[in-house]
Amino acid sequence: MKHLMLSAALCMAATGAFAGKAFVSNERGNTITVVDTETWEVIEEFSGGNRPRGITLSPDGALLYVCASDDDTVRVFDTETYEELYTLPSGPDPELFVIHPSGSPLYIANEDDNLVTVTDTEAHTILAEVPVGVEPEGMAISPDSKWVVNTSETTNMAHFIDTSDYQIKHNILVDQRPRYAEYLSDGSRLFVSSEIGGTVSVIDVAEDGTPTLKQKIGFEVPGVLPEWLQPVGVKAKSDGSRIFVALGPANRVAVIDGESLEVVDYIMVGQRVWQMAFTPGEEYLVTTNGNSNDITVIDVAAEKAIKSIQVGQQPWGVAITPD
Amino acid sequence: MLTSLAPLIAAVFLFASGGIAQALDIRAAVLRVDYPELLPISRYDLRPDDLAFAGAALADEDNATTGRFLGHTYETVSVAAAPEEAEEALAELLADGIRYVVIDAKAPELLALSDRAAEAEALVFNARAPEVALRGEECRANLLHIAPSVAMQADAVAQFAIWKQWKRWLLVSGSNPEDRALAEAYRRAARKFGATIVEEREFEDTGGTRRTDSGHVLVQRQLPTFMQRTEPHDVVIAADASDYFAAYLPYHLWTPRPVMGSAGLRPVAIHAAHEAWGATQFQNRFEELTQRHIQEEDYNAWLALRVLGEAVTRTSSDDPQTLEDYILSDAFELAAFKGQKVTFRAWNGQLRQPILLYDDRITVSVSPQEGFLHQRSPLDTLGLDEPESACTAFQ
Repeated sequence: MKHLMLSAALCMAATGAFAGKAFVSNERGNTITVVDTETWEVIEEFSGGNRPRGITLSPDGALLYVCASDDDTVRVFDTETYEELYTLPSGPDPELFVIHPSGSPLYIANEDDNLVTVTDTEAHTILAEVPVGVEPEGMAISPDSKWVVNTSETTNMAHFIDTSDYQIKHNILVDQRPRYAEYLSDGSRLFVSSEIGGTVSVIDVAEDGTPTLKQKIGFEVPGVLPEWLQPVGVKAKSDGSRIFVALGPANRVAVIDGESLEVVDYIMVGQRVWQMAFTPGEEYLVTTNGNSNDITVIDVAAEKAIKSIQVGQQPWGVAITPD
Repeated sequence: MLTSLAPLIAAVFLFASGGIAQALDIRAAVLRVDYPELLPISRYDLRPDDLAFAGAALADEDNATTGRFLGHTYETVSVAAAPEEAEEALAELLADGIRYVVIDAKAPELLALSDRAAEAEALVFNARAPEVALRGEECRANLLHIAPSVAMQADAVAQFAIWKQWKRWLLVSGSNPEDRALAEAYRRAARKFGATIVEEREFEDTGGTRRTDSGHVLVQRQLPTFMQRTEPHDVVIAADASDYFAAYLPYHLWTPRPVMGSAGLRPVAIHAAHEAWGATQFQNRFEELTQRHIQEEDYNAWLALRVLGEAVTRTSSDDPQTLEDYILSDAFELAAFKGQKVTFRAWNGQLRQPILLYDDRITVSVSPQEGFLHQRSPLDTLGLDEPESACTAFQ
């Protein structure tokens, strides 16, 4: 480890200590593209294993975790040297995961096996396998870390897994093909996108974690067939004032008012917009656009797309280093 | 629609979370009628022993995984019968209390079996028969069609041809009744979308083109001369439902042109290389379970039972009429790895779905094509629309 820390230090000296980086997983190109979040230039592209999809960072930003779906493993990279450090057991076909705020464990959706695998990132061992619905995908963790939510695409449910005993305590039926789950930062509400149903389910969460379906938000864009409005990635501002929803082949990100739960705007981005991530401070929102092989940078305050950057083949997920 | 769904969702959720709804045991059957048949032209088209049953087995797993969270169990019985034994096989299933039957049969048996099932108030899903009449004047109120009709298939091909600006068609059909019915579907599609059939030819079925007859030796001499001196055309449309000559057409034409329909670019419900819209994991699950590639009748059986499972999940009912009413309602929707939800036509019980255009290796395109619009759903540009439907059973 010593030489790694040394090289990390050298790297930081060379590139400027606190330059932010966006890591983009390219599902088809089997690479990770690194983009500088100040200049918005591509710094590097490195091999990410076979079919990299879910992508996240350790809380300190030092480690990059990538679901290499076709390798049945999670690959772990150094965020300064881009060297692969080791792999973590993930169960088969890991697609998307969420990391505990402490840095361990990872909660991983195994799409082909109807499981959520819980992996200790320090001991490199599997702590639990939780049977869930068919084709698990979306993963979210409540801000108090007591609940992990998994959405299953063919079962059409959000499963609420108690992190103390790994038992499912609640299930909520949502519309067809739920893809992504996102808690508000105070844990009072959860948003679940349904790609084929074309809606986002708004689920209110009680103090004890009990969820209640409040309503569903639909989308409408003049000149776009309703069938193309397919909600996938969801990101909520930490103050809850805005919720952004990536609409897949509609090539737009919907902006939802956190109070009224009405759609207030649609922002044009690249083709087949999939996942999203905020820069620290939520100044910018970065979207991955699978069909145009680029990412779009949205100015969050202005709610405008300001730039697109070409990345690798079929960008899927994005993770951005913390401050 | 959202408001009408809300009480339903609330009811289901109460059980999902609190465990107070009743447990349901859903028993279904797949009844496959096996006909005495000649070998296909290609070994790739041999019918596996577990055809359709394999799709049902996967659907049982999928439904059971979901049902686990709701207290619902699923069990599907698979039965194969010769045509003359099919009614007795169905009678046994009905006597056993089964009220949901996926039938994999040709039109005459499907109709007879559906009528027998209706006496027991059982719901039938058609997993094979593509005839337009089954969705028209011969429709049945207890018969839902999962398999696309020949009209949907022909319209899917026609839209692609129009999109390509291949508007002059040479229609080549077989001489058997099902080939002629398919040719009629292409004539209708040409009229509907503005293509011109510049000439028609019928290649007579005299027997002897199958692979075991060294079919290629014969057709290599016959087909090019048969295809000589045609009117100028952009594309050859093949209507060979009985599968005896079309597969040879693409490389045995006189004038080189693309072939679509029964060979070349074919309209299918699914194929084993289809990966878009999450289908990769569906293929993975199917292959892990069955150790073979999926075929259309597997997909149709899977989809039929997923329709049933979805209706049970959303209504918490095991009553056939309640479930059919829900399936035919605006509230019903299902994801089927086709990029948009599949739903049902309330006027004739046909499942709306996109049609894949397949060249025997990849999905070349998917219909409906861009720009073909409909006031209800672009999917209703494929097949019989409400105003042209002769079906009255659902009124």
